[in-house]
Amino acid sequence: MIFKVFKKQELARLYELLAVNIIVGPVAKGNDRNGKPLFDFDVVYDFNDLALDYTQTVHSPKRFVLPYHETLSTFAVARDGWEKHVDLNVYRSLVFFGMHACDINALNKLDLVLAQSAYPNPYYMGKRKNLFIIGLDCTPEPQCFCRSMGTDSAIHGFDLFLTDLGGTYFAEILSATAFDLLNQINCKDPSAKDLRLYKQATSEKNKHYTASVETSDLTKILDLEFESPAWDDWGKKCLSCGTCANVCPTCYCYGVEEHVDLDLKHAGKTRSLHSCNLIDFAKVAGNHNFRPTSASRLKYRYYHKHRGFVEAFEESLCVGCGRCGSACLADITPPEVIASVRGRE
Amino acid sequence: MQNKLNFIDILGQNPDSRRKEDPSSFEYTLPAEITNIYQLTTNEKLYQIQIIDPGQRNRFSFRPGQFVMLELPGIGEAPFSISSSPVRRGDLELCIRAVGNLTNFLARLERGARVGISGPFGTSFPLEKMQGQDILLIGGGLGIVPLRSPLLSVLENRSKYGRVDIMYGAKSPAELLFTYQYEEWRRFDINLGITVDRADTSWQGRTGLITELLQERISQATSLRENTYAIVCGPPVMFHFVCKMLTEAGLPMQKMFVSLERRMHCGRGKCCRCNIGSTYTCLDGPVFDYWSVMNLKEAI
Ligand SMILES: Cc1cc2nc3c(=O)[nH]c(=O)nc-3n(C[C@H](O)[C@H](O)[C@H](O)COP(=O)(O)OP(=O)(O)OC[C@H]3O[C@@H](n4cnc5c(N)ncnc54)[C@H](O)[C@@H]3O)c2cc1C
Ligand code: SF4
Ligand code: SF4
Ligand code: FES
Repeated sequence: MIFKVFKKQELARLYELLAVNIIVGPVAKGNDRNGKPLFDFDVVYDFNDLALDYTQTVHSPKRFVLPYHETLSTFAVARDGWEKHVDLNVYRSLVFFGMHACDINALNKLDLVLAQSAYPNPYYMGKRKNLFIIGLDCTPEPQCFCRSMGTDSAIHGFDLFLTDLGGTYFAEILSATAFDLLNQINCKDPSAKDLRLYKQATSEKNKHYTASVETSDLTKILDLEFESPAWDDWGKKCLSCGTCANVCPTCYCYGVEEHVDLDLKHAGKTRSLHSCNLIDFAKVAGNHNFRPTSASRLKYRYYHKHRGFVEAFEESLCVGCGRCGSACLADITPPEVIASVRGRE
Repeated sequence: MQNKLNFIDILGQNPDSRRKEDPSSFEYTLPAEITNIYQLTTNEKLYQIQIIDPGQRNRFSFRPGQFVMLELPGIGEAPFSISSSPVRRGDLELCIRAVGNLTNFLARLERGARVGISGPFGTSFPLEKMQGQDILLIGGGLGIVPLRSPLLSVLENRSKYGRVDIMYGAKSPAELLFTYQYEEWRRFDINLGITVDRADTSWQGRTGLITELLQERISQATSLRENTYAIVCGPPVMFHFVCKMLTEAGLPMQKMFVSLERRMHCGRGKCCRCNIGSTYTCLDGPVFDYWSVMNLKEAI
């Protein structure tokens, strides 16, 4: 890895260099009912619109690589047959400007299943490969338990990662594209002082973690506690609304619907993100539902993230961003759910 | 301005980076034609489906137990077990019950209609390992459909297998599938046991649960020998009782195979609809040995 340092005002120049691509970054979207500012990732047209001091976005930037709704194919239907057209919906390179480590790690996790396992998903890969990622260090929020999940810092999956050292940014360079780009702005090698400041920033960040999840032996404990009454208690609270999956940076389950156009000559096929908390997720023909209760569906979401995915990919499908808990109308948070299943040792 | 363009070029230099992924592995379906339709019961039809392009038809090979995704543009896509012999390659038989959007639309189609086929997907029954051994095929209702492909495969190589028993149960005589083939199967020295839950006036055969047939088989003098394999397909409740009986009769769990059903929207391990814990029914199944699923929560 190569490290550089540059003055904060240089970032605007970096933005200009990249601006020929579509830039997606954190922007302020208003305030919640307690007056706390709300942020989200969106397309940005002006450097000054970037809210680089954002706390956490409500949604993750997932929708730019894995849209909530996406046309997979269209059909031209004629009397004697039909033809299928496939478009991967990749038109422009995207720049994610200012992603926190957890969201970068979330993309890395999505890669495991969508890009690196059998039958890679070409719609996802097309977008993912045309992505330039600038990471940005953060200050943990009360709901963040990324440290427990080992996702508090990003090791790969970005081009450039910035840490705020006061007047300057400390930059980790991971790709040749990023290296060439930095050559076009004023930057220098880090000094001993920069290194000290960088290490200080890290320990300062670690002081802010309040939430945590005990993950040791979690796969086994979840297995042993499959019948735990804790699931029923949470099931009684859960509204089966699917908001948790909607805001989660790693939830990727989907459903496919097909439709015929009114002219009866064209048809289309759309993929929509689904949620295992929604009632019909595991319903098969004959109306048999493998997970008929809200408790069994909520449990399944935890099992997929913290057990099934771990068994398949050696890591959890949760980055500990805490978004699901913040967005849940029933105040169901992973640290509490997991602690209750573990029996609060 | 020069610099900005430069950046795009840098991305462009890597031929991979801007390439649109070849969608052939994902959304590509083989154009196929329904060449024949047989009404088996009021709700089930047997569709003979031929992949149109002769080259693709020849390259299409599958193993008994695997399934295809069948697509009707604008209507839907769903998984169906291949019910014909693997020798027939790109000439498939699917036995389909009209239960929903796609299957009801399919039921209204006529010979010559075009469909899209992708696959084959999933795991299969280990027929090579079963050679030289006795085979029990136990099917309930529509469960006979995935059993038919391994059965036809066994019949084609009858001398390579020991005793072969089929036990098949349906709700009523009118719901029995493939009745026209029973005589032929018997000619191949197959013990065919058929039972229905409820008889009607025309029914000469037996009534009762499939477990009763199995109980008889187990208590025979030539009971389940060391070298027996079982294949079980049917509704979830049936797996439970049948597998329990077989286990108690001494059949090792890794010699018992089940085919599971789940909702599937991709067939490729991506949509998670068929996921059970760490297991994808579409990739790791639909054929599992009983050992692999008996500890899988919510599997059966
Ligand atoms: C491995 C496997 C093999 C199968 N083999 C056969 C077979 O040989 N014959 C047969 O009649 N049926 C079979 N099924 C069941 C069959 O796939 C469903 O009954 C069928 O999908 C119902 O489609 P529909 O559109 O008519 O139903 P609807 O309920 O209207 O379904 C709407 C949509 O939901 C999805 N869907 C609904 N139920 C299921 C389901 N159980 N599995 C997967 N997707 C579903 C489909 O994508 C469909 O487009 C099999 C299922 C699996 C998993
Ligand atoms: S856990 Fe919360 S957000 Fe998720 S489905 Fe239940 S009520 Fe909705
Ligand atoms: S499960 Fe919750 S905490 Fe974990 S990644 Fe998803 S939204 Fe974040
Ligand atoms: S059918 Fe989509 S993951 Fe198995």
